[in-house]
Order: sequence, then C-alpha cells, then structure tokens
Amino acid sequence: MAVFVAEQISKRFVDGPRPLQALLPVSFEVEAGEIVCLVGPSGSGKSTLLRIMGGLIEPDSGAMWFEGELHHAPNTAIGFVFQKTNLMPWRTVLQNVLLPIEIQHKKVTDADRAHAEALLATMGLKEFEHAYPRQLSGGMNQRVVLARTLMQRPRLLLMDEPFGQLDALTRERLNLELLRLQAAQKITIFMVTHSIPEAVLLADRIFVLSERPGRLIAQVAVSLPRPRTLAMMGAPAFGEIAMQVRRWIGETPDFDDSTQNSRAVETLD
Amino acid sequence: MFEVSKDEIRYRPRPSPLPAWRAWSSRYHTYLLAPLTLIGMVALWAWLVEWRAYPPFILPSPALVWRKFLSMAAGSLWLHVGVTLMEIALGLVIGLSAAFVLGYLLGKHRSLERIAAPYIVASQSIPVVAIAPLIVIWMGSGLVSKVAVTALITFFPTLVATIVGVRSVDPDLRDLMRSLRATRGQMFWKLELPAALPMILGGLKLSATLAVVGAVVGEFMGATAGLGYLINLGRGVLDTPMIFVAIFMLVLIAQALYVAVLWLEARLLHWQR
Ligand SMILES: Nc1ncnc2c1ncn2[C@@H]1O[C@H](COP(=O)(O)OP(=O)(O)O)[C@@H](O)[C@H]1O
Ligand SMILES: [Mg+2]
Repeated sequence: MAVFVAEQISKRFVDGPRPLQALLPVSFEVEAGEIVCLVGPSGSGKSTLLRIMGGLIEPDSGAMWFEGELHHAPNTAIGFVFQKTNLMPWRTVLQNVLLPIEIQHKKVTDADRAHAEALLATMGLKEFEHAYPRQLSGGMNQRVVLARTLMQRPRLLLMDEPFGQLDALTRERLNLELLRLQAAQKITIFMVTHSIPEAVLLADRIFVLSERPGRLIAQVAVSLPRPRTLAMMGAPAFGEIAMQVRRWIGETPDFDDSTQNSRAVETLD
Repeated sequence: MFEVSKDEIRYRPRPSPLPAWRAWSSRYHTYLLAPLTLIGMVALWAWLVEWRAYPPFILPSPALVWRKFLSMAAGSLWLHVGVTLMEIALGLVIGLSAAFVLGYLLGKHRSLERIAAPYIVASQSIPVVAIAPLIVIWMGSGLVSKVAVTALITFFPTLVATIVGVRSVDPDLRDLMRSLRATRGQMFWKLELPAALPMILGGLKLSATLAVVGAVVGEFMGATAGLGYLINLGRGVLDTPMIFVAIFMLVLIAQALYVAVLWLEARLLHWQR
C-alpha cells in the first residue's frame, strides 16, 4: 500500500526578485517500508519538494495523501531531518531529544525519559545525555537529531541531505546504522541526497529531478539485495545503477564523484 | 548499535579537578583586581589633594567626602537614594516592557519595522537632555516626568536587541517547531525567547546603566528630591563633597544594576559556557 501519494505537486516562488518556478507538477507514490532517495542538481527543488511533503510550505497545485488521508499540514507521524543540524543549543542532548514529547503532550513522563535514554544508548550517546550540542562533534549531533526524530515515533521519515555536512567515513557509518534502524522499525524513508553512491546504497528506488524547474524525470529501481553492505559498492550491478542515474542527471559538475566513495570503501573493508 | 569513535569525543563528562587554590584564584582573581584598583585610585586621589593643596570646593579629600557621607547618611541621604531608585525602577519596568513588546512585534513583522524604523531612529538621534524639558512641561516636575525620561532612555537599547534577537532565531528551528505542530505559545516560550535571550540580555546591560543617566537628567530639569537634585543643590552652594557623595551613590546604583544583569546572564545563559 502506498503510504504517501503526491499528485501533480508544483511550486512557484513569487516573493523573490522575480517569480521562480521551483517545481513543475510531479506525481509519485511511496510504498510502506520503502526507502526512496531523491537526487537532482542543486536548485532543482529537492528541498522544496521535501518541505511540501512535510506540510511546511503549500504547493501551488496538486494534492497529497498520507496513509490514505488528504495531507496539507505538518503531521507528527512524519518526522523531518533537516539539511543543517538543528538542535537547540540551550538544551542538553536529553532535553533536545525530549522536545517532540514536550510539544505534543505538554509534559514528559518517566516512560518518555526512559525511551529517550534508550534511544540515546542505541546511538552510542549514553554518557552524553547531559552535554550541550556545542560540546559534541557533527556526527554525534546528527545522531541526536535522529534520536529526537525517532522520539516522535514517525511512520514516514523525510530527510534532507541529513549527513551532507559530515565527513565521508562518518557519513557511511551513519548510513549503515540508518539502514539497520529502518529495517528494525519498518519506517518509510524519503531522503534527499547529493551523492549518487549514497542513493544506490540506501534506496529501493531513486527519484531523479531535472535541472530547475524540477521535473521528476526518472524512477530508477535498485535491485540490490538487503541487507546492504559497503562491499556491494564494488559490485558491477552497483556501478551500473549509479551510471544509469548519472545519465539521467546529465553531466552536472556539482555532483559527488563516486571515486571518492569507492576509496572510502577500500579503507573500510 | 551505534558507536562513537574516540576522535569524535570532545566532551568529557567529568573534568579533572584543578588544585583547590588554583581553581579559587582562577575564579576570583578578577574579583580581587577590582577592589585593589579602587584602593589604588583612592590613594592617588588623597595624595593629589595633599600635594596640590586643593581647597575642598575644588577637590575635597577622600576623608572629607567620607565624613560628608557619614553626616548625610545620618540625615536625608537615604531618602534621596530611595527617590532616585524608585524613578529608575519604574522607568526600567516601563521602558523595558515597551521595548520587549514592541521589539518582539517589529522583529516578527518586517513590514511593521519598515513603518516604525524611521520614527524610532529619529527619536534616538535627539539627545534625551534635549527632550527632557518638554517632558517636564507636559508631565510636570514630579515623579512622572523622571520616570518618563528614564523609560525613554532605557527603551532603545533593549528594543534594538530584542528585534535583532527575534530575527536571529534559526529558521531551521522554526521549521522543526512547525513540523512538530507547536502552538504559538510553545513557539514563543520554547524557541523564540531562549533563542533571543543572549541578545536581549546584551541590550539590558546597556539599558540598566543608562537608567541612572535618565533619572539624573530628569531630576536636573527640576526636582525636590533625588541624587540629581543633591548634585544640583551642591553646585548651587559650592558643597563639592556633597556632589561627590551623590555621584558615588549613582555609581553604586549603576554597578548594582549591571551586576544584576550579569547574574541574570549567568543564570539564564549557563549553556553558553
Ligand atoms: N522560500 C523561497 N523563496 C524563493 N525562492 C526559493 C525559496 N526556497 C527555495 N527557493 C528557490 O527554489 C529553487 C529550488 O530550491 P531548493 O528546493 O532548495 O533546491 P535544492 O534543494 O534541490 O538544491 C532554488 O532556485 C531556490 O533559490
Ligand atoms: Mg536543498
């Protein structure tokens, strides 16, 4: 069953110096438990599409359905991980993770606190509960963000280049951990990424947006078996899918080169 | 499941304690420095009076000022301190409340700010000393006009700080709050206020010290009590020691206000250190 359906969603920004068509009408479905990665050149409207899906901005046309219901405003069953680490610097790690509960239920029970502590423990952050975000590294903070998002028990996770600011190694590790988490909790993930190898490693399907104004020009199925491993990145099938996606995007220079990632694979395995 | 590598750890849950005396001196040496400088300056002042043999109405000696203080303290000094404190307190409450409310509105709504900004800037380009006589004409020479001058002078720094603070709220955090379906109240209490607080407290520091200036300027325009009134009185009868006592009281009040804001900062912004 499709968890999320988008039908002819488009967006035009009119508040800038001149009107800008960010997104031409796009339609797609996301199946339950699926991981979809969205790739496309800079400025092709990836973040815009994600923000529309999250109900943060209104589309100019079209309609969306989440779990069968018409969807147009933020929904707490949809978790959002933003491009930039957005923790509250005045809150400790634990207080940040508890924020969704505070907002939704007004007060925090002991069970919630235990849940948050358990989540932080699985993230390897047990002893950092009372640290402030500025005391932690980027990778650790992005894990706190992940824990905070999981705290609201989302059924759909929208992620906008979640690990884009991290170094290649940390990023790969977090990707694998995300895969394990997703498999265990059966969350549906819709993730924007800048990196084709990352998309192939994670996704069941890869959506490709064209240059601005963004159009959905391809939905590439990734037929690699699960669980995925970094070793798969060396497989011929992996390279073929990556090439296929790359051809759809065209020769866009600001894309990660896959060579960098394959080097990381060698050093890890 | 998740692992943190060694190089990722910048945070140490329990820092190794410094030796007790070093911890103490690194914490308090700045507090020791201030009184020591003060003693040095008073000594210099006493020596200067001794050396040049200034008459008391030009520059009284510290001892003379101290005796004057004692005799005034036995008399009406505290009444005048109380009057000035009252003006400062009321002026701060009114000026700061107005600054918070207006600053929040102008910070949130750019169009409002565009309308109001020219008037706010114009009102600030005129020195308060120039407006004070008008205020006295309109509001009389009682408490009200002093409170008004104080409110006026404390208003601006906190207003600007509040506007900047509200503007500085991370838009990604706003989006986060919206995606969690936060109410307006939650948006304010859990995001906007804590995010703007560092800026607001910076403005508050300025406002707090300016409040003393406001009260004195108000009292100069005509008053029957207050430290500004004492200064005026002392000038009239060439009672310079009295002027000194009044000035020192003003300095103490300004210091106390400043320290109060520092204390607030330490309480509210402990996450910054
Ligand atoms: N709030 C906005 N107002 C005006 N233009 C915007 C706004 N948000 C994004 N845009 C523009 O829309 C286009 C698509 O942006 P975005 O969705 O962020 O692209 P991507 O995430 O694919 O890099 C860009 O040209 C961007 O400048
Ligand atoms: Mg983007």
